[in-house]
Amino acid sequence: MSTVVGGAAASGSVGGGPLLSVRDLSVVFGRRGQPGFTAVHHVSFDVAGGEVVGIVGESGSGKSVTSMAVMGLLPARGVRISGEARYRGRDLLTMPDRERARYRGAELAMVFQDPMTSLNPVVTVGTQVTEVLHAHERLSRADARDQAVDLLRRCGIPDPARRLGEYPHQLSGGMRQRALIATALACKPKLLICDEPTTALDVTIQAQVLELLVELVRDLGTAMVMITHDLGVVAGLCDQVNVMYAGRIVERAGCHELFARPRHRYTEGLLASIPRLDGDRSLPLTPIPGTPRDVVAWDRACAFAPRCRFVTDACVRGDLALAPLGPGHDVRCVHPAGGAAPGAVTATIQEAP
Amino acid sequence: MTSVTPASFTPDEGLPRPQSLVDAMGPALDAQETGTSLWAGAFRRLRRDPSAIVGAVIVTIFVLVAVFAPVLAPYEPARTQWANQITPTTLPPFSAEHPLGLDSFGSDFLTQLIHGARQSLIIGIVSTLLGLAGGALLGGLAGAFGGWVDTLVMRIVDILLSIPALLLAVSVAAIVGRRPEALMIAIAAAQVPIFARLLRGSMLRQRGQDYVLASTSLGLRRRTIVMAHVLPNSLGPVIVQATLVLATAIIEVAALSYLGMGSPDPTVAEWGRMLVRGQERLQSYPHLTLLPGLCIAVTALGFTLLGEALREALDPKSRR
Repeated sequence: MSTVVGGAAASGSVGGGPLLSVRDLSVVFGRRGQPGFTAVHHVSFDVAGGEVVGIVGESGSGKSVTSMAVMGLLPARGVRISGEARYRGRDLLTMPDRERARYRGAELAMVFQDPMTSLNPVVTVGTQVTEVLHAHERLSRADARDQAVDLLRRCGIPDPARRLGEYPHQLSGGMRQRALIATALACKPKLLICDEPTTALDVTIQAQVLELLVELVRDLGTAMVMITHDLGVVAGLCDQVNVMYAGRIVERAGCHELFARPRHRYTEGLLASIPRLDGDRSLPLTPIPGTPRDVVAWDRACAFAPRCRFVTDACVRGDLALAPLGPGHDVRCVHPAGGAAPGAVTATIQEAP
Repeated sequence: MTSVTPASFTPDEGLPRPQSLVDAMGPALDAQETGTSLWAGAFRRLRRDPSAIVGAVIVTIFVLVAVFAPVLAPYEPARTQWANQITPTTLPPFSAEHPLGLDSFGSDFLTQLIHGARQSLIIGIVSTLLGLAGGALLGGLAGAFGGWVDTLVMRIVDILLSIPALLLAVSVAAIVGRRPEALMIAIAAAQVPIFARLLRGSMLRQRGQDYVLASTSLGLRRRTIVMAHVLPNSLGPVIVQATLVLATAIIEVAALSYLGMGSPDPTVAEWGRMLVRGQERLQSYPHLTLLPGLCIAVTALGFTLLGEALREALDPKSRR
C-alpha cells in the first residue's frame, strides 16, 4: 500500500494543469445580507490525474461541505459560494446546472458516508446501477445489465446477477457500500470524491472497502479525494494530505512527510492523541484540550489558537496564510513544530488500515 | 480486474449457516431475507393483523355485492309490488318472497340495499380516484418544483381546505347540477386538498434524503430523480390515505343523496335516499332507516380498518 510519497501536484496532470483545481473556495451559510456562518474559508487545493488526495479534519471542519460545493450539491438558497473549482479548466461553480449534471457521474462522482440511506429503498440495486449508465451512455438494456453485473463483480459483490434484482434492505452494510461504489464508478469518472466512505461500516469491512477503492481507482486511473476524520485511512491511501480545521486548510504535505514531520500544532496534537499499540497502557491518552467550538471569529488569525499550547499574540493578530515550510509542505502556523515526530507514531499509524 | 478482495465477507452466500445462529437471530433474519420489497413486507404484516382481515372481508363483500348486484338482487330495484297492501301507516310484513319487506313505494327492500351498494361503490371510488388524481397532480407539482410553484399551489389548496368538505361538495353539486357526475366531482373536490398536502409533504421529506443527493451526484436528471426515486417513495402514505378517504367518500355519497343531491332518477337505489324515505316511518318500521344506515357505517368501517392497518403495515417504525 506504499504510495509515491509527496506526489507532486504536476506529476500525473492532464492537459498541462491539474485535474481539479480548487482556488479560494469559501462557503457561507446564511441568508443574503446577513453575516452567516463560514463553513469553508478560502480553501485551495489541487488534485492531479490519478492522484489520491486526503482531506482530514474533525466533525465540522468543513471537509464535507468542501466536497459538496465542488460537486454542486449544496442547496441553491441560503448558501453563498465563492472562489472557483476548475475541472480541466472549466469552473464547476459557475457552470450551468445542465452542464454540471453531465459532468456528475461521468467525470466526477461521489461516494457518500452512509450506505444505509444512500440507496433508494424501493428500487432494486440493479435499476440503481443501470440508470447511471443510461444517464450518461447510450446503451441497450441488455448491455447495461451486463455492465452492471460486471461492475458489481468488480466491486466484490458475490453472485452479482442475483443481487441486481434485490432491494437495498436485503444487502448488508458492506455490500451496500460496494453497490454505491459500483454506481459511482459505473461511467469510469476521472475523479472520485469519497466522503467518509467507511465511517458507517464495521471495522473489518472498512479495511476491505478501502482496499477495494484503492484497487479500483488504480485500475481505472481515477483520481480520488478521500475525505475522512480517520488518520489511519489517510496514512494507508493518500499521496497528498490536507488537514482542515475550522474551514481552513492548516497543513498540506505528502503523506509520509506529514506523518513523519507534522508541523502544524493541530496536526501534531492529532497524531499525539492516537493511542499507540506499543504505548504504556497505564498512561492516559494525550487529547487536544478544548473543543472545535472554540473557534476564533476573526478571519486571518489562527483558528486553532484558543486550543494551542504555543499560542502567542502573533497567532491571533497575524496575517496568516498557508505558507511553504519545506518542499511540498505548506503550513498555516506562527509557531510550527520544528523537529521530527517520534518515529513510533508514524510506524503505528501506517500499519493501521 | 477480477480478483478483488478476499471472499471473507460473504455471510449469506453459499456456506450453510450454523443452525443455532439462525435461531438466535430469529426475527431479524426473517425480516432480512423473506421480504423482497417494501410492499411485499407490508402485505406480509397485513395478513397477520386481525383488524386488517376484518376490514378486507367487509370491503371484499361490499365490492362483490356491488359488482354482482343485478345477479344477487331478487327483483328489479324499481319494480313496485303489492301496492294494494301499502297504506300510510302499514307495510306488508316480512315474507319469504321479500325477506326484508317492502319500502313505502312497494320496492323490495333487500334489492334496494344491494343496488345501493353499487351506487356507493361507483361514486365513492370514482370520486376518490378523481380526488387522488387532482390532489396528486397539485401536490406533485408543488413537491417537484418547490419555490413559487409550491407557494402558489399550496395557497390554492389552503383555500380549498378552508371550506368545509360537505359545504364544498354541496356548492359544486349546485353548480354542476343534479347528475351522478356532479356528485363525483363534488366529493373529489373536497378530497383534492387532502391528497395534495399529503403528497407534497411526503415528497419534500424524500427530497432531503441521502439517496436523492447520491442520485444527483451521479448526474441523473432532476426529472428522473423526481419520477423514479422521489415519487415512488412518497406514494405510500397517499395510498393509505386513499383507502381512508374512500370511507369518508362513501359517507359523503350517502350524505349528499340524503340532502337530495343524488341521482335525479327516483328509481336508482341509494343508501342516503333510503334513509330519507325511511324517516317517515321511523317509529313504525325502524328497519327502513336502520339497515341502510348500518350498511353505510359498516362499509365505511371496513375501509377505515383496512386503511389503518395498511398505514401501520407501511410504517417504517413498525417494521422489523
